[in-house]
Amino acid sequence: MASLWRYLLAGLGLAALLVGILAIVYLTAPQTAPGADTSRSKTTANRLFVASFQPERGVIRQGELQSWLLTLKTVKGVPVEGAAITVSGGMPLHNHGLPTSPQATDYLGEGRYRIDGLKFTMSGWWQLRFAISAAAGSDTVVFNLVL
Amino acid sequence: MKRGLLCLLVVMAMIAGCGKPQFSDAEEKTIASLALNTLPALKPDTTNRFADIPAAAALGSTLFFDQGMSRDGTVSCSTCHKIDRQFQDDLPQAVGVGRTNRRTMPLAGVARDPWFFWDGRRDSLWAQALTPLENPLEQAGNRAAFAHYIKGRFGERYERIFGPLPDLSTVPANASPLGTDAEKAAWEAMPASQAEDVNRVFANIGKAIAAFERSIEPPQTRFDRFAIDLASGARPQVDDALSPEEILGLKLFISKANCVTCHNGPRFTDNSFHNTGVPPVADLPQDRGRVDAITQVAVDPFNCFGAFRDGDDSACRELRFMVKTGPELIRAYKTPSLRGAATRPPYMHAGQFSSLDEVVAHYSKAPVSVEGVSEVHPLQLSDRERAALVAFLKTLAE
Repeated sequence: MASLWRYLLAGLGLAALLVGILAIVYLTAPQTAPGADTSRSKTTANRLFVASFQPERGVIRQGELQSWLLTLKTVKGVPVEGAAITVSGGMPLHNHGLPTSPQATDYLGEGRYRIDGLKFTMSGWWQLRFAISAAAGSDTVVFNLVL
Repeated sequence: MKRGLLCLLVVMAMIAGCGKPQFSDAEEKTIASLALNTLPALKPDTTNRFADIPAAAALGSTLFFDQGMSRDGTVSCSTCHKIDRQFQDDLPQAVGVGRTNRRTMPLAGVARDPWFFWDGRRDSLWAQALTPLENPLEQAGNRAAFAHYIKGRFGERYERIFGPLPDLSTVPANASPLGTDAEKAAWEAMPASQAEDVNRVFANIGKAIAAFERSIEPPQTRFDRFAIDLASGARPQVDDALSPEEILGLKLFISKANCVTCHNGPRFTDNSFHNTGVPPVADLPQDRGRVDAITQVAVDPFNCFGAFRDGDDSACRELRFMVKTGPELIRAYKTPSLRGAATRPPYMHAGQFSSLDEVVAHYSKAPVSVEGVSEVHPLQLSDRERAALVAFLKTLAE
């Protein structure tokens, strides 16, 4: 009987420990946009393209000018060539736009476009909106980034 | 049974022990990102091939302190950028030959800036250094006069660094595209090749001064020693430990008060421009900040796309990707570094606030901007919280 009590109390203790750890993790997690979809690959608004967006050098460094790669394919997986791309965005919670004017500067083949001149000057929720015009038509896509 | 209770108590004590650390993991990460030891080594400036040449820095130092580098021989860079005052002058607006409309900026870490002046109207340290030389309210000189002066006074030193000086025998004593009407007329009358020769000497003056200014870096502070100890898990030395009030201020700085949103990284600046609703000064000319600087930097012949840049244009990405339009540029000013700020009032781009108390009160209240939209929102900080923020800021100046 005593042994059962011991296990029950130990179990309660461990549960309390788990709750404590979860509370700490929850309270210290970076603030994200409510429900923001931070996936780096998504279908454009009118489902014309599949766009994926990655930092060219793999990492995001806050405060430094950097280039990213926007890869465009049709929904059937064919690379999109000759697209005209414009970039806008900002920080929705701070009510301001981007601190730089990024541009699509190079076409690297296989549907890959270099987007240069991005700079994330502060931590938080950033949005990048791409307007894409290609032979298949015009479409837009928004990526969320949380730094 | 008794042993079970004991076990529970031990577990609960452990939770209590780790449940209230001084800083959360996220806070510790932010604090570490502000410490001076995370400041990377200064990158080479490929637009100025003399930037890291000691002889150029030595000549630049001479020129920086030389009052001969002005119209009336009474003003040097160091008149406003005082070496024993963090390279600033403690005045609400700088006074050279006349009274300007802006606060002198300190120079620690200036070589790391992508943009110069409060409004970013220049895009390199060497292009910046040229601007006060010809501003009628600062050094009030003209580039032809500076070329003659360099040849007469520092010709040998100049030539050892930059190569032969051009023939200046037919260059007017005073001429500049930015000067008085007579100086402008003299400049217009000069052959293009001669104007370029003078511009080249003028650009090299800026490059020498910039080479000197690259050596001015921020010193380690009490906050840095505290942050380094915190990151390494070492117990802070008695002198470096922050008081409970300073810790409250630090916590507010990186959380509720949102200061770290813009004052981030080891220099406490995002190197960007923001409208924070700072009021204009009544008797000064209209000042709209960044929005009026865009054209100035774009047409500056000494900008990164100009003929006097060394290296290739891959160094010009800040200018190339500059935001050129938009309501956010109106009355937007550069986020200043907060290192050493506590000992150099007054504050803001025209010295609007005479104390840190006033600065913190401004951000707590967040008044609307006279033009454009302030990015700051009211904070409702208590008296105790505002005092704590000021106490923390002082740890960046000790």
